[in-house]
Amino acid sequence: MTTLTESAPAINIPVRIGPATALRHTMTLAWRSLVQIKHNPMELLDLSVQPIMFLVLFTYVFGGAIAGSTGDYLQFSLPGLVVQNMLFATLTTAIGLSTDITKGVFDRLRSLPIARSAPLGGRIVADTVKQVWAFALFVGLGTVLGFRVHTGVAGVVGALALLLVFALAMSWLSVLIGLVASEPEKVQIIAFSVMMPLTFTSNAFVPTKTMPDWLQKWVDVNPVTHLADAVRGLLSGGPVASHATISLIWALGIALVFAPLSLRAFRSRG
Amino acid sequence: MRYAVQAEGLVKHYGETRALDGVDLVVPEGRLLGVLGPNGAGKTTAVRILATLLRPDGGRATVGGFDVAKDAHRVRSLIGLTGQYAAVDETLTGVENLMMIGRLLGLPRVGARQRAGELLARFDLTDAGGRAAKTYSGGMRRRLDLAASLVGRPQVLFLDEPTTGLDPRSRTDLWDVVRGLMADGVTVLLTTQYLQEADELADDIVVFDHGRVIASGTSDELKATTGAQVLQVRPMTAAHLDLVADVMTDVIGTRPDLTGGQATVNIKDLTMVPAIVRRLDDLGVVAAELSLRKSSLDEVFLALTGHRAEDEIPADEAEQSQKEEVPA
Repeated sequence: MTTLTESAPAINIPVRIGPATALRHTMTLAWRSLVQIKHNPMELLDLSVQPIMFLVLFTYVFGGAIAGSTGDYLQFSLPGLVVQNMLFATLTTAIGLSTDITKGVFDRLRSLPIARSAPLGGRIVADTVKQVWAFALFVGLGTVLGFRVHTGVAGVVGALALLLVFALAMSWLSVLIGLVASEPEKVQIIAFSVMMPLTFTSNAFVPTKTMPDWLQKWVDVNPVTHLADAVRGLLSGGPVASHATISLIWALGIALVFAPLSLRAFRSRG
Repeated sequence: MRYAVQAEGLVKHYGETRALDGVDLVVPEGRLLGVLGPNGAGKTTAVRILATLLRPDGGRATVGGFDVAKDAHRVRSLIGLTGQYAAVDETLTGVENLMMIGRLLGLPRVGARQRAGELLARFDLTDAGGRAAKTYSGGMRRRLDLAASLVGRPQVLFLDEPTTGLDPRSRTDLWDVVRGLMADGVTVLLTTQYLQEADELADDIVVFDHGRVIASGTSDELKATTGAQVLQVRPMTAAHLDLVADVMTDVIGTRPDLTGGQATVNIKDLTMVPAIVRRLDDLGVVAAELSLRKSSLDEVFLALTGHRAEDEIPADEAEQSQKEEVPA
């Protein structure tokens, strides 16, 4: 056994944490969430199974019935599937956080002389990388199945940026769920009971005009509708500005409500 | 004497429950303080306050001279914390868990890897270093957890029930590790509900019950506080046990405890022992075993609190300990 104290000088820890150091802490913790993928590529498959399954099933099962042809339906539904998947994926932040809390890892991190924001920030950065991966998979696989981007690189980048901004706003809700859920399994239940109705009562998969009047009223307000329409416009062409603006207003509203609530929940743990 | 940890009048309540109700404690530099108490006594709450994870509702505490509330960041740079549950990322390997902490503490990549290697070697985890922590046994996880709390070479180490749920062998292994740390001059605050653990490791002991310190001192001092020695008599013939009890009651004035085929009673006046022996002899009762010894910490605890220390281990923890005893 080697001694612990003699082998090297004590690690020098600065008294204040500057933004550069805080960023480094955040990136280290983001690395920690992503490195699992490196030695367990199955993790990547976990991230990909739902997108692939939904894309293939929706296109070939519902396509003919809803749009008359699978090709037309794919062009309509892919943006909706992208939005749905993005919303579900924001909950990985909640699951990860909840796991860290129940396992005690969260307390270990909070007992270290690191930026207070790093444990949250690191998760969110890592989950953003996963969002980018899922988006690329959708567009890539969609193209193989017959989806066509009619706008160009700027449109694709714009769609991704809009999705990420919305995901970032939603991650505040996710953080709140992660902090208050007593166990990771509860997060799954909350996810299902909130996200499923939210994404299905929109025009993500089915055009609004086929729905009853009372439902249409909600569908027209639902941020998922506007986000799906904005992404459609950005990928396939069509009106973007008003849908993107409404989506961003929703994102701002969600952040304004849930950021303070999550930060309060975060602080009240300490 | 310089104190590495000092707490005065710590209070913490959760709604109506007073988790801490005015706790004072000190840990001199380089010593090990054992905080002994049953579940729910407030041990973990005290550790969480001292480790800057929780703000007290009243009182103050310093670690290494820094206030845990006002100077939390500096306190964090001095301490290591090993909580009640092995706080390791199960999806990461042993090396990665330790490297993550090293990187967070500002070590360069090479330095973090080297430090991880040193600690894994010290804790007999070198071979397992490349495996995900979820494949580790309970004892290995605890060792990795302890290693993680040592990456930053803490001056003060908080060990919150580090052996709860471990099998006896892993427990004694961990005791050896803690003794090694003491030899390095680290100050340790260790909570435990095992009296034997406090007896084995602690220089000083404080006993918690219902959020208060109800006794403190060295193990020997505590054993002396009940002011009694323990007399145990086991009759050769089991049927004579009631007779033995009657004689002891008559001489001492308190009725002995009759478990395990022997009569056990606290005795203050040692001249009563020959009296009891004579009376038993007159009655023709042969003692197979007759012993007089200092109270064990268990008995001290019972005398102080009126209940046994390990009575309150919840069922789910007992289950968990069974699970962890199966080596992976």
